Amino acid sequence: MKALADKKELIRGLQQQILSMQGCHSVLDNSIPITGLGSLSRAFPQNTFPLGAVHEFLSYSSPDAAATNGFITGIVGQLVRQSGACLWISTRRTVFPPALKSFGIDPDRVVFIDVKCQRDALWTMEEALKCGGLAAVLGEFTEINFTASRRLQLAVENSRVTGFIHRFQPRDENTLACVSRWRVRPLSSLTDDGLPGVGFARWDVELLKVRNGKPGRWQMAWTGAGLRELNQRTAVTAMLSKEAV
Amino acid sequence: MARFPELRKVAFVLAAPERGRMVVMAASALAEAAGIRTGMVVADAKAVFPTLKVLDDKPELAEKLLTALGAWCLRYTPEVAVDLPDGLLLEVSGCAHLWGGDLPYLKDITMKLRQKGYDVRAAMAPTIGSAWAVARYGISKAVIEAGGQMDALLSLPPAALRLDSAVLERLDKLGLRTIGSFINMPRPALRRRFGQALLTRLDQALGLETEPLQLIRPIEPYQERLPCLEPIRTATGIEIAVKKLLEALCGRLEREAKGLRSCMLKGYRIDGDIQQVAIGTNRPTRNVEHLYKLFELKLGDIEPDLGIELFLLEAPVVEALPATVEKLWHNGSGKDETKVAELLDRLAIKIGPSCIHRYLPDEHHWPERSFKEASFFSEKPATGWRADLPRPVQLLSDPVPIQVTVPLPDYPPIQFLYRDQLHKVRKADGPERIEQVWWLQDGLHRDYYIVEDEHGCRYWLFRLGHYDNEEHQWFLHGFFA
Repeated sequence: MKALADKKELIRGLQQQILSMQGCHSVLDNSIPITGLGSLSRAFPQNTFPLGAVHEFLSYSSPDAAATNGFITGIVGQLVRQSGACLWISTRRTVFPPALKSFGIDPDRVVFIDVKCQRDALWTMEEALKCGGLAAVLGEFTEINFTASRRLQLAVENSRVTGFIHRFQPRDENTLACVSRWRVRPLSSLTDDGLPGVGFARWDVELLKVRNGKPGRWQMAWTGAGLRELNQRTAVTAMLSKEAV
Repeated sequence: MARFPELRKVAFVLAAPERGRMVVMAASALAEAAGIRTGMVVADAKAVFPTLKVLDDKPELAEKLLTALGAWCLRYTPEVAVDLPDGLLLEVSGCAHLWGGDLPYLKDITMKLRQKGYDVRAAMAPTIGSAWAVARYGISKAVIEAGGQMDALLSLPPAALRLDSAVLERLDKLGLRTIGSFINMPRPALRRRFGQALLTRLDQALGLETEPLQLIRPIEPYQERLPCLEPIRTATGIEIAVKKLLEALCGRLEREAKGLRSCMLKGYRIDGDIQQVAIGTNRPTRNVEHLYKLFELKLGDIEPDLGIELFLLEAPVVEALPATVEKLWHNGSGKDETKVAELLDRLAIKIGPSCIHRYLPDEHHWPERSFKEASFFSEKPATGWRADLPRPVQLLSDPVPIQVTVPLPDYPPIQFLYRDQLHKVRKADGPERIEQVWWLQDGLHRDYYIVEDEHGCRYWLFRLGHYDNEEHQWFLHGFFA
């Protein structure tokens, strides 16, 4: 029995080693994990949202892009609150700075970099990811090839900065060296007790790819103070209350 | 006079022994009004004005006093020089506009000094000589425009040229009572009769000859030079030169608790050409490594060609950088902030400073005006960001016109056509009326609605103008998350 427990311990240790070799450091760090993800966090290795890695988000329409930015901001907000500032790099920026406040970021902590071409955007992103003083770097650009994404991955492995790439209407969904690939779509909002009007945002979050994890699909909501997973039951009650209205 | 207020109402002179008799060295305004002049024997002066008060003139008092006054004048310009025995010279290029122009500037200086009890006269002119002359002998104007020295000097007595008493006496004997009477005489004749000094002073007053100022607080430029024995042609050579210069410059900055905001590297080529690159930083720094990284991005622009024989590193803009640097964001550590500032410096050099934006809240409801660009890197928001009103994550820079179906006035639309696609509104909030910022721009008010279509996408729509206005129009302005 003791031998079995030892073996399990050994395997767990080896798995940890493999993960850290693959650039998955979040557990080794003593940083505070992202909260509010609910069962979504079980999709990741070691059940925590990978920090110090680059995440890729895809969106194909303007409302989708807005929802994606909302979801990313919800996560970045937690990182920025822990430490420092964040960089928002984009080739054509449409984000409205004052709105970030409602997702938990003081907009004056965000430095917006507006670059003219993809090449500059990638250079800036890489330089920013190398800078350990930042909490997060968000890049909005369309095209990125595998080599460039590997450079970004190498940069974050040293600095442990978390990067987010938001690709709006990419030409093709080429494979990247990112730790995950997401799609976020808006869902009809929820109001308390089925009151009329538009409530807090609700999203259909799809994890298309995740390294060493299980892809899946979840419903997430923004509660005004943080992210919240809506399990099947709350979604059903919401649906029922909607029908009752 | 500040120390002895009782002297304000009394005529008095300062006297010192000279060749066995007491001679007036300086006279107060009241004494001068009574006809007492500098250089008079005290006994004569007492005969003119029996109640005259005579004080002992301490040697070097004038210099001490003028130096102290010069230090006081540093508030007006960084370049102040003492002009013995009774003057102060201020180099005021680029300073007067801070006081609203030349005349208010001059008036401010004289008034402040008069309040302290000094009997002062001031003038402003393009050359030291003409300013000296106008301040002492000028009658009408106190400010001489550039190029106006000649006209200003013509009517003044020769004494205004700062000449020896012997020369002045000779001029007086010949009946040359104004500068205008001899200024156009042939120069060899003037030199033969009055000596080179007259011509030099004349040239200095007219600006034909330069005259240096002996500043009381000399400004040492932040500059380092590196002459090379052999002309430098390789990239490695230039890099070594930059590093050496930066180390020297940053060493000096560290001693003086300063940091540079901009820096310029000049390479003097042997063919006489000057190659130069400049960098700027977001906050004062004296970190050699960081500055070197900034220069590294630009070194490619230097063309050594046949070789560079002299490197010159200048820091034109230098700011105080105390050891404890002000924190930019509350919870970030100072080290992190420095890293971020250095990153932004690099980005500014590579992609241009106009690409970097940081925003602060502005007190406007109008969405496009609700934030403003931070004017400097560490500026903090004066007011908090508002989160009580819902605002879209994406805001279009130009609202897109849409077609809507509205059942009732001031109700949200039940459907709208955006990019040839019909969206049926399922949920809606509003209206939120935002009035025009009429003191800044013309136009109609906007009534904003938050609507959600059948797919759950949330939009920010607005109607421009009143519903009953025939020309009202609907726009889509943003997307909520």
